Amino acid sequence: MATSRSSVPPVVSSTVPTVSALPQLLAALAAGALFGFGLALSTMIRPEIVLGFLRFEDMGLLFVLGAAVVVTFVAYRVAPRLLRRPVLGGAFGTHQATMERSTIIGAAIFGVGWGVTGVCPGPAIAGLGAGSYELVFAVAGIALGALVQGATARD
Amino acid sequence: MLPLPFGWTHYLAGGLCIGAGVALLYVLTGLVGGMSSVYSSTWSYLVRRPFFQQPTLAGSRDWRLAYAAGLILGAATWWLLFGNGARVAVSIPWWQLFGGGLLVGYGARLSRGCTSGHGICGLGSLQLPSLLAVLTFMATAFVTANVTTRLFGS
Repeated sequence: MATSRSSVPPVVSSTVPTVSALPQLLAALAAGALFGFGLALSTMIRPEIVLGFLRFEDMGLLFVLGAAVVVTFVAYRVAPRLLRRPVLGGAFGTHQATMERSTIIGAAIFGVGWGVTGVCPGPAIAGLGAGSYELVFAVAGIALGALVQGATARD
Repeated sequence: MLPLPFGWTHYLAGGLCIGAGVALLYVLTGLVGGMSSVYSSTWSYLVRRPFFQQPTLAGSRDWRLAYAAGLILGAATWWLLFGNGARVAVSIPWWQLFGGGLLVGYGARLSRGCTSGHGICGLGSLQLPSLLAVLTFMATAFVTANVTTRLFGS
């Protein structure tokens, strides 16, 4: 069976389909919950800890990023080989970063903001779940920044 | 040796959970889940401008919002289990959170990725542009954090 399975290529899509079915939404909720639990457990929801990393006082963030990247790398490699399709249907997507000036300029601007606040997009939302209501100011700022980016982007 | 005043085990365990979340999303749905896109895709409910109505944003707004709601649910679960009753208070002033947030949102969306999009999903799929993005935002964040510490104190 292994040979017949490997002879059938996995369904990989480079386009982004509209995903709104309930099973997919529940899967996203569960996956987000694991993600958010991890952000809280690793104290990445605390901007003070992240700023400590950026000041070279505590290198723990490297363990967080490293572990997350390794697990993700394995999943992205293994899942399309073991499964022809995702469990709930559809197709395996690919992360498509493009090498443009905006990729680097945007990253530089993002880094300045991250260095000022110690807050990045995921932890800003997750921290609300641990009672850090101060982070609504960060979420509002990020959302407004994203609005300005979209409003000034060339379509 | 690396400076690790709080140890490393909870950092490693948390990182494994974060990776497991991204992996679960992928195995179940095939979706690649960074976190900055939700800040753009959610505007597609309100803003008619073509940029926000492009399929990559408007077509993903529902699951991205569910994914973001999951973040709150997961952190709340951690809080109930290990939070010792006290909420996690943030000592950074509101104007700093808001002003820095503007740059975070603008920059991450211009770059089309943040610490999770480029950092976890991009590096996890060995994307060179993502590696360059990560090195760039790490560099500017290191400089900014150390300069602001000198200016304002810690």
